[in-house]
Amino acid sequence: MQITLNGESLVLENSVNIVQLLSKLELSGRLAVEVNQHIIPRSLFSTYEIESGDNVEIVEAIGGG
Amino acid sequence: MATVKNTLEDPVVIAEKVYTSRLLLGTGKYKDMEETGLAIGASGSQIITVAIRRSNIGQNPDEPNLLDVISPEKYTILPNTAGCYDADSAIRTCLLARELLDGHKLIKLEVLGDEKTLFPDIPATIIAAEALIKEDFDVMVYTNDDPVMAKRFEEMGCVAVMPLAAPIGSGLGIRNPYNIRTIVENASVPIIVDAGVGTASDAAIAMELGCDGVLMNTAVAEAKNPVLMASAMKKAIEAGREAFLAGRMPRRAYASASSPIDGTFF
Repeated sequence: MQITLNGESLVLENSVNIVQLLSKLELSGRLAVEVNQHIIPRSLFSTYEIESGDNVEIVEAIGGG
Repeated sequence: MATVKNTLEDPVVIAEKVYTSRLLLGTGKYKDMEETGLAIGASGSQIITVAIRRSNIGQNPDEPNLLDVISPEKYTILPNTAGCYDADSAIRTCLLARELLDGHKLIKLEVLGDEKTLFPDIPATIIAAEALIKEDFDVMVYTNDDPVMAKRFEEMGCVAVMPLAAPIGSGLGIRNPYNIRTIVENASVPIIVDAGVGTASDAAIAMELGCDGVLMNTAVAEAKNPVLMASAMKKAIEAGREAFLAGRMPRRAYASASSPIDGTFF
């Protein structure tokens, strides 16, 4: 299935929840995740399944003024 | 005898939290995380701004996360909405920041109106501020140096009003001290100069005008020695605050001798 991740298209072989997606992307630490412009609380990461066509944004804090 | 107030006895309160430092520091444009951390340490800042951006996918997985360097347990993290040119993206950024920081409420709202000057889009800022206050955020709002607008943001419920001294990253200093003073005189929430400071004397002037604090980033990060400039800014803000509290002497057009005229023997 295909999703859009941070503005770029990504093909996934199997359906994944957010914990699995983050692990696949080797992302850890403090992150926030939006799916189709809805924030997914961290407590739901392990149960929220990403679906084909989803628009996923993963963000973090970086340097800024 | 009057006692000298030191900064510890003169805290600033923002959204019911007490801060002994009146310098708010940004984390952009530093060479690396180590320099960021050292500059923060030298500045004595307790409120540290961050931006919210997409995580880099597939690049530098070992790069430290900024919030590992600046612990939210030790510092008040102030997420900004930098780069937002409309109310919706600013609101969305704040909602993501709140999730990222486990329900954190304090945010720096900036809605920009022009890429060249980075001046705020005031109508869009009003829309975003109203929505965010309704969503229970504590809004510190970046605005221009307009006393009427500053008062409106205060009345709306912003916890601090942050007029620019000059365009973001310009280092031009306090371009309109009379407006900044008018904003301060009319205010009953903290007034924090945000943007435009170039060097220590600019920060001291902002504090001498009676501002409650100064938020800066480029003036420190783009100094040849950012850590030394962070230390200079800390002292300038303390000096400016003490000078404001001390009350400056009146300006005179002509000299007034410091040594007595009586008792001369010549």
